[in-house]
Amino acid sequence: MLSLYILGDSPIHRCPAWLKLLALALIGSVVMIIDSWPTLTAVLVLIIGAYVLARVPWHACWPMLRAMIIFVAIIAACQWLFGSAATVAVVSIRLTCVIMAANLVTWTTKVSDLVASIDVAVSPLTRLGVRTDRFSLAIALALRFIPVIAEQGRRIREAQAARGVRAPLTYLAPLIIKTVRMADGVGDALESRGADLRPVTTAGTPACPSRRAFVDTADHSG
Amino acid sequence: MRSKDIALIALFAALTCVLGLTPVIPLPVLGVTFSLQTLGMILAGVVLGAKRGALAMLLVIVLVAIGLPVLTGGQGGIAKLVGPTAGFVWSWPIGALIAGGLVERWWAHLNLAKALVAALLGSLSLYVLGQVWLAWSLHIPASVASWSWLVYVPGDLVKSIVAALVAVTVKKAYPLITARRDTTSADAAKPQGDTASSDTDQLWSGTASTPVTVAANAESSPAS
Amino acid sequence: MIRLDHVSHRYGARDVLHDLNLDLSEHRIGVVGSNGCGKSTLARLCNGLILPSSGAVSVEGHDTAKDSSAVRSLVGFVFQDPDLQIIMPTVGEDLAFSLRPHRLPKAEVAKRVDQWLHAYGLQSHRDHPAHLLSGGQKQLLAIAAVLIAEPQVVIFDEPTTLLDLANKRRIMDIVLRLDQQVIVVTHDLEFLTDFDRVIVLDQGRVVCDDRPQPALAHYRRLALGEPPVC
Repeated sequence: MLSLYILGDSPIHRCPAWLKLLALALIGSVVMIIDSWPTLTAVLVLIIGAYVLARVPWHACWPMLRAMIIFVAIIAACQWLFGSAATVAVVSIRLTCVIMAANLVTWTTKVSDLVASIDVAVSPLTRLGVRTDRFSLAIALALRFIPVIAEQGRRIREAQAARGVRAPLTYLAPLIIKTVRMADGVGDALESRGADLRPVTTAGTPACPSRRAFVDTADHSG
Repeated sequence: MRSKDIALIALFAALTCVLGLTPVIPLPVLGVTFSLQTLGMILAGVVLGAKRGALAMLLVIVLVAIGLPVLTGGQGGIAKLVGPTAGFVWSWPIGALIAGGLVERWWAHLNLAKALVAALLGSLSLYVLGQVWLAWSLHIPASVASWSWLVYVPGDLVKSIVAALVAVTVKKAYPLITARRDTTSADAAKPQGDTASSDTDQLWSGTASTPVTVAANAESSPAS
Repeated sequence: MIRLDHVSHRYGARDVLHDLNLDLSEHRIGVVGSNGCGKSTLARLCNGLILPSSGAVSVEGHDTAKDSSAVRSLVGFVFQDPDLQIIMPTVGEDLAFSLRPHRLPKAEVAKRVDQWLHAYGLQSHRDHPAHLLSGGQKQLLAIAAVLIAEPQVVIFDEPTTLLDLANKRRIMDIVLRLDQQVIVVTHDLEFLTDFDRVIVLDQGRVVCDDRPQPALAHYRRLALGEPPVC
């Protein structure tokens, strides 16, 4: 599965994921509180500075910028009908700040690092009896099965096209039934592969101490 | 929470992402597009029930947050969760919760009409939350925000009908929800008189058509 | 040793297995029978994925209904469709997942994962998404992910059904070289010719339990509707 991460080795890329998320939360809240457009412009300049520092390639950020400019322009036009020029400026710059800052985090942080920081963020919940290990398991499972389900959808569409069915919604019912049935198999696999097991208490010892030896056995070189 | 519940949550999150990959009909309004993705939200609610449905949608939000292009048209990233249209994404768990809760309440006597009402109320939360957030974050009156979303109404009607049909079909074939305690649970607990032919069919009906027994097993064995 | 003591299983109104009494202690045991005869149910009873409606199943003395975590660590299960068995997004992560309950240090996990990847020719795929593997490679990964946890018994539920001839051979080879006890549910009769014991199920009952040659002959006659001799 492709992620939106853009490979790089800038100070922004190397900055720990939790720090970037914290900074993003901070910027997000600060720009919501500030109501003066010169201050907001200063924040925006800081963010653009971070983009320069991160050396995000132009071809990567242009589609986002273009979509954002159109979006902000439409919003600004709506604002114009109801408010003053100052409100238009405040709302537009605020919006630009939030979108650009959030995208910078997404582009410069690996998926695995973000998952790891989410794991850390939810870990206090274990004290409340929440099985947080299930949390990262669910993320991994979803990642694993997006391509599998997409493949199923394609097969169903092909089979229907072969029979001359072309309505876009008819493939949904078989796809959902297939997904529900898959969950049965995946649930069985999770159980039999030990996802539900309580961890073995003595660290470093495998769960099965001895293995039965059979006399008539060829050597297993695995 | 058993392994199968985790599998269902993860698979419906994945299904919702896949539905976002299906061909989209672009609408030039506010740069948003029409796709089948919100169908995934309603389906998670009506097929999995309130709790698992909402968790599946929260999982989709997590996938968006970690920067996967799983939203309609390959979009994603934290910007989608904090920008002015973020309300539409955050409303998914709530929509699934509402649709799923209603289906659970009506489970014993679920029919197409009831399932449709559940699906429609689930989608409605999307509009309400999405617009309130949009209006608030842009400082525009909610009334202006609301009419611009009218273009989505026909699509969501179709999606709700599809979801209702699926809910009723899945209830018959592979019920995954158990009725709420405050309603008559006799229907839900009654085993299906199936005529399964293959081994996997047997296994299926064994684990799914008797949810009450399965739950009882899980409770009686603390180690599982 | 897996012991089934007066085990019956029913789904709803339908009996799937009737009063089975089996001691499974041989090295290689095959289970055959027509679709719907209950053989997949039997396999799942042996590792506690399904609990019997009546009677008891035990693995090395651990009751599957009472001591499921002990049973699961003793018994590995390879499913028919590896696509559903592979849980983690990448090949290496999936193997490492099997070692989670063992709580090994990271370096040890990486070492074992690499060993198993090498043994099955998957070393160049370690960081690849699992869905990009071929059908045969997926089944190899599924088997490796079961064996890496070092179970004492490995149950295979139709492991070769979805595979081509070359991959089928390869999987059979792996199964025959295992020094653990193996129980194989299959429609592939030639798979079982070198086994120690073959159980033929029909409509939830054991109709023949013998060495492979007479048992398979019995099953062939049964499938063709000829009168049984054994």
